[in-house]
Amino acid sequence: MTGTMGWRIFWLVLGALAIVAPWIITSGFWINFLILTLFLAFLGQGWNIMGGYGGQFSFGHAVFFGTGAYIQAILQSKFGWNPWLTLWFAMAGGVLVAAFIGYLSFRYGLRGSYFALITLAFAEAFRVLATAAEGVTEGGKGILIALNQDPERSFAMMQFATGTGYYYFILILTVLSLVVVWAMERSRFGAQLVAVRENEDAAEAIGVNAFRVKMGAICLSGAMTALGGVFYVQKFLLMDPNIAYGPTKSVEALVVPIIGGMGTVFGPLLGSAFLHTMGEITKEATQFFWQDRPGLDLIFYGVILVLVLAFLPNGLVGLIKGQWRGRRQGRAAERKKAVA
Amino acid sequence: MLEATDIIKRFGGLVAVSDASLTVPEGRIVSLIGPNGAGKTTLFAVISGFLKPDAGRITFAGTDVTGMRPHEVCRLGLVRTFQVVQPFANLTVRENIAAGAHNRIRGRAEALDHAGEVGKRLGMGGMLDQPAGALTVAGRKRLELSRALATGPKLLLLDEVMAGLNATEITEIVEVIRGIRDTGITILLIEHVMQAVMSLSDYTYVLNNGAIISRGAPREVAADPQVVEAYLGHGASERIAAGGAGA
Repeated sequence: MTGTMGWRIFWLVLGALAIVAPWIITSGFWINFLILTLFLAFLGQGWNIMGGYGGQFSFGHAVFFGTGAYIQAILQSKFGWNPWLTLWFAMAGGVLVAAFIGYLSFRYGLRGSYFALITLAFAEAFRVLATAAEGVTEGGKGILIALNQDPERSFAMMQFATGTGYYYFILILTVLSLVVVWAMERSRFGAQLVAVRENEDAAEAIGVNAFRVKMGAICLSGAMTALGGVFYVQKFLLMDPNIAYGPTKSVEALVVPIIGGMGTVFGPLLGSAFLHTMGEITKEATQFFWQDRPGLDLIFYGVILVLVLAFLPNGLVGLIKGQWRGRRQGRAAERKKAVA
Repeated sequence: MLEATDIIKRFGGLVAVSDASLTVPEGRIVSLIGPNGAGKTTLFAVISGFLKPDAGRITFAGTDVTGMRPHEVCRLGLVRTFQVVQPFANLTVRENIAAGAHNRIRGRAEALDHAGEVGKRLGMGGMLDQPAGALTVAGRKRLELSRALATGPKLLLLDEVMAGLNATEITEIVEVIRGIRDTGITILLIEHVMQAVMSLSDYTYVLNNGAIISRGAPREVAADPQVVEAYLGHGASERIAAGGAGA
């Protein structure tokens, strides 16, 4: 589908806009809006690898996010390591936790809701652990990263004075995640992962080592999600047990690809853009019509979510693809009529 | 090529397969028949690694495969199909078959190409880009067969590929199976359609209550009184021999 001319132009224009965006948008609010949209798209892509392509629904992706974030924060604040170095340890930590959870769950054949519950339980256990281990994590107080005062060293310290720096940082991460998933979709690993999602027994019968494929997916997903934690720490310079392992990040990571389209390259990005845009619109609209009614926008937001889930089982990507296919079939039918 | 010796499989107190042995020589079509619930599919599941036998030994092409996982057995070239077909419903026919092709082929493009060839050979050329979920029963059976064939097997275990097909479709698939055998692939099949068993197989095993009760050329087996009784009930063969009108 992306091979057609129209789509190529669309992506080129979108890419160009993404690159020049900080020059067009000067308002800090909107740059922040873009940063958060891309951040959530990145987080959702991590979930998408395992949940969307692999069919292994995790309700506790915060366990990877938080582990990456804590390693990044602790190694910097306690040991004074450079953030560009700690990043690799953070990702390795995400992989380690992923491998541990994956091994336990998949070895014993946990599927579906059982797997979802296990991941949820792990995230919660890690949250309790992070709160209790005050010596390492500062407990509920949280860890603060020292603010970099020297503008010359902003890149070296991975702390940017303006939103623009963070914007490009997360833009690069998001594009990388798109490339990774795009390449995965076109590889043997990707094909086998989808086969496992569709039917594990049938996949085993035609030579797919389902255990190994699922382990690969959870480790890749864990690494990517941990990198999301790294970005979060560098942007907000703060980490505490609720941000790290609380349910918010777990839910965000799965809602975005579900809305956008599970098991598609652009689903998470689309879902994130849609959710953030709707969030802002409902906030503005409720303020305009009913003045200040805090919480009202969240109700609308919830209603929209339910509607999307009820009527778009394949997410926004499914909607766009369906439209496109419908148009093409319409055209083909017309051609047939013209011939007859 | 395949040798299963004294296989026993129990589920709790139920003995699904008791002391069953069978041999499949290379290049042949061997069939496994028997009444419903005889244990045929269980025996298939044991041979292909989906179930571990409680006793017995399975060797395939000189390798002991007892207790191996299905994907390991598949790597060696022993592949099963399912009685209840299991397509990857959200994928196209081509992608389904390519998932099988990846057993021997690493590259995605090569696997998709090979999938197209296998699909065309099995008469699915026109359906390659349809979603597998939209296929008819006959189409799904062919897909199941194509996907297994794309893995590059030496031995195919076909579990009732003809169930639910009409007479024309059965004639077609019999030809397809014969064609597969002619390319040098050995076949062991479970089948209820006797016409197909008779015309296809070189050798037949009859399973009843988990035990092999008869074996031999299909015609001999069909005349075996024990087999007739297994299907039609105790005393049936005597009544038939006596020229009963019911036969």
